[in-house]
Amino acid sequence: MFFLDHIWVVPLLPALGAALMFFFGRRVSKSAVSGVCVGAVVLAFVMAAGAVWNYTHDWTAAHPGRPFEKVMYTWLGPDDGGTTFTTQAGAPAEFKAEAGFLLDPLSSIWLLFVTGVGLLIHIYSIGYMGHEGGYYRFFGYMNLFMFSMLTLVLANNYAMMFVGWEGVGLCSYLLIGFYFHRHSASMAANKAFITNRVGDAGMLLGTFAVFWLFGTVNFQRVTEMAGSGMFPAEHGLRFGPGHWITFATLMLFVGACGKSAQLPLYVWLPDAMEGPTPVSALIHAATMVTAGVYMVARSHALFTLAPETMKVVAVVGCLTAVFAATIALVQNDIKRVLAYSTISQLGYMFLALGVGAFAAGVFHVFTHAFFKALLFLGSGSVIHALSGEQDMRNMGALWRKIPTTAKTMLVATLAIAGAPPLAGFFSKDEILWQTFSRDHHAYWILWVLGFLTALMTSFYMFRLMYLTFAGEPRMSHEVEHHIHESPKSMTVPLVILAVGSLAAGWLGIPSALGGSNRFEAFLHPVFAGGAPAAEAEGESAQAAAAGGNEKPEPVQPVEYVLMLASVGAALLGWTLAKRAYSQAGKDYPEPINQLAPAVYRTLYNKWYVDEAYDYAFTGRRKAGNLRLGAMGLGDALWAFDANVVDGGVNGAGWTTRAVSWLSIQWDKYVIDGVLVNGTAVVTRLFSYPVRLVQWGLVQWYALVMVMGLAGFMVYYVFR
Amino acid sequence: MELSTLHYLVVAAALFVIGTIGVLTRRNVVIILMSIELILNAVNLNLVAFSRLYNGLQGQIFSIFIITDAAAEAAVGLGILIAFFRNKETVNVDEIDLLKF
Repeated sequence: MFFLDHIWVVPLLPALGAALMFFFGRRVSKSAVSGVCVGAVVLAFVMAAGAVWNYTHDWTAAHPGRPFEKVMYTWLGPDDGGTTFTTQAGAPAEFKAEAGFLLDPLSSIWLLFVTGVGLLIHIYSIGYMGHEGGYYRFFGYMNLFMFSMLTLVLANNYAMMFVGWEGVGLCSYLLIGFYFHRHSASMAANKAFITNRVGDAGMLLGTFAVFWLFGTVNFQRVTEMAGSGMFPAEHGLRFGPGHWITFATLMLFVGACGKSAQLPLYVWLPDAMEGPTPVSALIHAATMVTAGVYMVARSHALFTLAPETMKVVAVVGCLTAVFAATIALVQNDIKRVLAYSTISQLGYMFLALGVGAFAAGVFHVFTHAFFKALLFLGSGSVIHALSGEQDMRNMGALWRKIPTTAKTMLVATLAIAGAPPLAGFFSKDEILWQTFSRDHHAYWILWVLGFLTALMTSFYMFRLMYLTFAGEPRMSHEVEHHIHESPKSMTVPLVILAVGSLAAGWLGIPSALGGSNRFEAFLHPVFAGGAPAAEAEGESAQAAAAGGNEKPEPVQPVEYVLMLASVGAALLGWTLAKRAYSQAGKDYPEPINQLAPAVYRTLYNKWYVDEAYDYAFTGRRKAGNLRLGAMGLGDALWAFDANVVDGGVNGAGWTTRAVSWLSIQWDKYVIDGVLVNGTAVVTRLFSYPVRLVQWGLVQWYALVMVMGLAGFMVYYVFR
Repeated sequence: MELSTLHYLVVAAALFVIGTIGVLTRRNVVIILMSIELILNAVNLNLVAFSRLYNGLQGQIFSIFIITDAAAEAAVGLGILIAFFRNKETVNVDEIDLLKF
């Protein structure tokens, strides 16, 4: 089990590539750069494939149904017991986060397509970025991204996963802002990172709640504890005592919204198209945006205990899917259409997770990785052929000129539209079937919305194809001259991905169509470990309850009807697109604009969400001179502090001075004046008459004495 | 005519009144001092007359004290006068009014 024991090498190889680029990249030649970085990913893929082979053949035989876990060392931990805390239930626990690796069917799937599709994209980038400056920087960041994503996928606990989580966010920022001289690119990079950060706050809160509830962050232990019945399923949406798991899972889902671009944190993904096309393909189609799905799938045991959160997940996923699809109908930039398409498909994945069909969601992630990466790389090839043109209004009639690109993109379009027997049909159909068949009062509404999204998906994807490859050439003559097919380093990955888009779905052919749904069986040990979903009645829950190998369940005829309906939706979308766009010449009309210009404007302006956020959060748009929303609140609070609070303080000072002034006046005029000086004045006034008596003449005093004496004598003599 | 005590008393009273009037009305301080001596001597005369009347020596002895006292007083009074004269160059009692308001 060489590969499995050395699984820790898998993330380290691209980390080594990134480090080498960091130190030496500037000084070595382009071929050395591509040799090191692409070579690192090649080796990582080989090791990954070997590890999965080891797992499925050697390990599962020895330990059926158990995942492989390898702990390298304790990263954050209780060496001296100083990290003891008390869980919510009152039990003592020790906080420990290891640097550990976990390989089970869920992470094997991610491991394989991350390294595989990543490898193809790295090879593609050799051709695509060949003429660009900063070549070594690009590959360094790409390798750093691979390291972070692999850490995320292979981690055995929430804390380690968060390291990878943050790392992919960082690399997304670095790569979106790769052309940092462009203002729009650096703004987009900021937007991505900041929006991600909002989600990360939720992720952290969720992780802390998990610590507090379970006393551990290890995935295996959390799953075991959640499934053991220690915690009852929480019904009724409440935050607070008794509903902590609902809180924890909602917070984790917020993190997933940020990373996987769901409402309302999806706004960074369309702007992320400022980065080079391989970045869009790798990060924003196949890997980083699926991290949220991975995290929710990993925490399925927790989510099953919180049915309210599952409802929220399903509704948010469904609404995102519809919302993004409506915007994609009218966008003119080829990469924007694909970006909104990604958001929409991610919505499907969360819809699947939300209704409890975890395996179906993961299946869609898997197939989506192939055809979305192919679409992005293909669009990159188109842009490359047209010397940088991205606006579909200036494309057209490229089918014969760049045939390989065109044909592979057609395969991908058929896949995403859900045409059988390509991959997208099986995965999307599984999701729609699970949504419909769950015994939940309102989920059929979600099915209807999902169905509409499928219709819209088909329409806008075929619109993209017709505008780009069919119709009349609408580009300038100069550009038309230089059209050329891309080099082999770019077209070979396209072909490989096309094969994947074709065949990947065959792993999950449902029993309704005669297959054995190997994909779901593969994932069965993962999702059977959680508590039985309270309302589950679909296929996967039945399979889980069956608790063993796949037994063919009775197939309901409704499933066939739904399948036909989705194929019908795909066909309808194609027909409408063909009618509107297949002959598109210069200044072709947009059918939505002709039917309802107000609707067109709203959709074209992306439902004005970015503008709304500018009002509400960034404060870039003001109502008159006043900022609204969060920044406005800050302004208001500042005004309150500066005027009312400081005013109060100043007022206290003023009052003190005024009182002291009064005191001075009292002292000066009343006390000193009236009491002290006044007494003196009064006394002096009285002295005026009194001192008149003092003439200073002694004889006068003597006369007075004698007269007094005479008076006495007279009185006594004549008494 | 037979002289009785009464005659002596009248003479003493007359001297007393003359002395008093002198103290009250004379301007010169020296004359006032002399008038004071007159008063004192009038008192002496009175005492001696009564001493003769009651056949006792107390009156006469007391009047010797008074004579001593009068002498001392005159000395002191003249001393004061001289000190005052050095300051004010006058012996008019009208002009000694430093204690006037």
